[in-house]
Amino acid sequence: MIDESGERFSGAQAIKAIACMQERENGLGGGFAGYGIYPRFKDHNVFHLLYDDEKAKESTEQYLEENYSIEKDGPIPTRKQTGVRNPPILWRYFLGIKKGAHDEASQEDFVVKTVMKINGEIDGAFVISSGKNMGIFKGVGFSGEIGKFFKLEDYKGYAWTAHGRFPTNTVGWWGGSHPFGLLDWSVIHNGEISSYGINKRYLENFGYHCTLFTDTEVITYLFDLLARKQGFGFDVIGRILAAPFWDEIDRLPENQREICKALRMTYGSALVNGPFATIIGRTGAIVGINDRIKLRPLVAARKDSVLYLSSEESGIRRVCESPDKVWMPEAGEPVVGQLEGAHG
Amino acid sequence: MVKSSPPSGFLIDRDDERCIRCQACVRMCSNDVHAYDPEEDIIVSDSSKCVGCHFCEAICPTSALTVRHNPSQYRENFNWASEVINDIKTQAGSGGVILTGMGCDKPYPIYWDHIVLNASQVTNPSIDPLREPMELETFIGRKPDKIEIENFAEPKLATEISPQLELKTPIMFSAMSYGSISYNASLALARAASEFGTFWNTGEGGLHKDFYRYGPHTVVQVASGRFGVTREYLNVGGAIEIKIGQGAKPGIGGHLPGEKVTGPISETRMIPEGTDALSPAPHHDIYSIEDLRQLIYALKEATRYEKPVGVKIAAVHNVAPIASGIVRAGADFVAIDGIRGGTGAAPKVIRDNVGIPIEMAIAVVDSRLREEGIRNQASIIAAGGFKKSSDVIKAIALGADAVYIATAALVAMGCTICQKCYTGKCNWGIATQDPYLTKRLNPEIATRRLKNLLKAWSLEIKEMMGGMGINAIESLRGNREQLRGVGLNEVELKMLGIKPAGEAW
Amino acid sequence: MKKIRIREQYCMGCRLCEIYCAVQHSKSKDLVKAYRGEYPKPVPRILVEEKEYLSFAIQCRHCEDAPCISACMTGAMRRDPESGAVLCDEEKCVGCWMCIMVCPFGVIGRGREKKIISKCDLCLGEEEPACVKNCPNEALVLEEE
Repeated sequence: MIDESGERFSGAQAIKAIACMQERENGLGGGFAGYGIYPRFKDHNVFHLLYDDEKAKESTEQYLEENYSIEKDGPIPTRKQTGVRNPPILWRYFLGIKKGAHDEASQEDFVVKTVMKINGEIDGAFVISSGKNMGIFKGVGFSGEIGKFFKLEDYKGYAWTAHGRFPTNTVGWWGGSHPFGLLDWSVIHNGEISSYGINKRYLENFGYHCTLFTDTEVITYLFDLLARKQGFGFDVIGRILAAPFWDEIDRLPENQREICKALRMTYGSALVNGPFATIIGRTGAIVGINDRIKLRPLVAARKDSVLYLSSEESGIRRVCESPDKVWMPEAGEPVVGQLEGAHG
Repeated sequence: MVKSSPPSGFLIDRDDERCIRCQACVRMCSNDVHAYDPEEDIIVSDSSKCVGCHFCEAICPTSALTVRHNPSQYRENFNWASEVINDIKTQAGSGGVILTGMGCDKPYPIYWDHIVLNASQVTNPSIDPLREPMELETFIGRKPDKIEIENFAEPKLATEISPQLELKTPIMFSAMSYGSISYNASLALARAASEFGTFWNTGEGGLHKDFYRYGPHTVVQVASGRFGVTREYLNVGGAIEIKIGQGAKPGIGGHLPGEKVTGPISETRMIPEGTDALSPAPHHDIYSIEDLRQLIYALKEATRYEKPVGVKIAAVHNVAPIASGIVRAGADFVAIDGIRGGTGAAPKVIRDNVGIPIEMAIAVVDSRLREEGIRNQASIIAAGGFKKSSDVIKAIALGADAVYIATAALVAMGCTICQKCYTGKCNWGIATQDPYLTKRLNPEIATRRLKNLLKAWSLEIKEMMGGMGINAIESLRGNREQLRGVGLNEVELKMLGIKPAGEAW
Repeated sequence: MKKIRIREQYCMGCRLCEIYCAVQHSKSKDLVKAYRGEYPKPVPRILVEEKEYLSFAIQCRHCEDAPCISACMTGAMRRDPESGAVLCDEEKCVGCWMCIMVCPFGVIGRGREKKIISKCDLCLGEEEPACVKNCPNEALVLEEE
């Protein structure tokens, strides 16, 4: 959910909404992403990390100190929950990039590189989120309990996403729960991608290495590639990831038809085939999107300036008893909620 | 020693109770195997002349004939097999190169039969192709690195896309020259391709004027002999293919015997009647990659950059760097022909020993082009012994954009792969120019059968894709996660880039 | 009316049309029995003409202006009103063979058993003529004229 007016609300709402759909999870993963939760540090990249042991923590901090200045760091506040067992070390860092530390074209690419390096090379360390003024909180357990574990009721953000997992491809582990994060992207996803093999190979061409064998990782990278690096808006991205069918394209007016045809020809390897209902968050926006033939549920609703997206209407109604409008988005058409004044 | 010629491979069995002496077999056999003896009122068959084409068996109205392997055998010998013994005896008699037709028939591993496909269950639903859209549309040509869309209010495509071939199914008819096959066979291929929505290939024989009307669905080939290559020829086609090599005979040129160069062949190829049509081994103006680039752009200039221009090569050891070089030289597609590729005539020793399997070639070329970041610059078309729709789908999953079939198309038209195409006596009217024989291939029937083949395979591909939970072929292309290897060793799995069966994601 | 069109470009001279025509008009209507047991041997009403590589099968053309009908002295040769075919009433035919003399295509033959004529009857009563059904290369087609 996102409040387009920018007003911030407590994470308790997100917990309430997701916990109501607990039937859909199996207790092996839950997670949340909050945007606008660190207003005092809004220009710093916040790294949420999980560590298996102190050694991993030391190595990571050593590595971070090379190129970043750690403004503030500390454990992520948690409270005990019976269902959340053996949590790893959870730490967060508010980072500024040292001058001259990077010769990359952009700061963001440098941060991506840092994240890939930590995740790939430092054993026992995993970066959960790395964006500005946002954070991802996730772990192994039912989503409702995870929410309480991280004391999310104490945070206030203008947008929240929440997810409960029934893992199918990989064993449940803390880093594998949703949302998956990269920079300020957070992705929660319901479904399974049959085009995974080619989406992964396509991304490798552009320097993204998929290490987690999860669909969510691939979707996140696809969004980063298409939105940040290739500069497409969400409606075009929707047409790439959930491309319209040829017989629909044939019926479009000429301009649109040429565009859709060119997109399919060029970005065919980015087409995401297979059922999915995915909600993507980034600074200033939340986007919900369904696969081309709507094999997973997705419901949208609006009340005043708040946009709600959920797998089930029940989750929405739990936090908003009488929305102004409730609807099922069309297959492949992204539903976008944006802060006023921001552009997709 | 007694001059001996090897025994024929075949023996004709005639059920005399059923033979009604209609003499259809006598009239129809181009090798004069059967003869009617009016005195005894029986038909005698000289099996030594039989090539095993089965035409008499097919035409016999009472099914009285069976063509079977000649039981006269040498002692079983794994090393000195009958074929080897017979070949030596033949060469001792002729002193010449043994010719043969069609593709390599030796027991090299067929990797397609060691690769299995996935199906979606429980975690991901399969899709029913009879009720849901299942898209096979394929585009052959150079794709841009990125698309630019201008004008936010009324969006318009700003990037210019290179010319593309649009296929309704990822299967095209591979090159078979007019000359190696008959007019009727070429006509059937042209019509079937045009009516179905795919493409056929002229091969190195040029394009008969009567077929210009099928031009938009024709890939015109520019081979080393440059037969039939005029400006008009280039402009009539939908795409141009520079033939550097073919899977059946990598490294050597083609040979159409003078007997097959009759009037219309001579006119189409632009050579005198009765002369042998010899395609030289290399293009004598392409001795290096930069020469190829020059030719590619010369052809693009001649056709005003309106058509894709690609290159066909045989799959050999260095196929990956060669393909990479070809793409960088400006080709819009690379067609790769594996060791199982067919031909009308080739030395048997080259057909059976030179080249590598297409499965490996597709895998390494696709991987190599992706590594270099140039995979989008050219489409990969795979050729060489595609026998079933499952081979096609596996080829696409390994990384090919589309597949070329030729032997399968001929079989659809009646061919029984007797491998005697080079004699020009094809009883089925396919690989011959003899007017008595070419009549037998009714192009209406042949077109119908070719379209049926394309339709059947396309439906099967859709079923398999649906089973995998995929409804657009671009999600299958290069998606090696949908394949698993069975009975392959580590090295083979690595070369193909696939996991062994049993391993999950 | 429906007539048989000859497409000589597809005729391969196999003469299977002759075989099947004969069998269709035989007593047993069985390929093997008709040729290996029956007496008299079945006679086809269709004939393949050949010259070098040109060949085609021809049978009664069921002409609009049939000379055989005019020549017939008993009125046995008549037109069937329903199908438009030219048919011979075997009861009335006396075997004068005037129709054979006047037929411009030479497609009427002498009967074997009885002294009557033998010619194409379009296999009326069957789904399609035997020659059309069994031509392996579709060189004969039944078409509305």
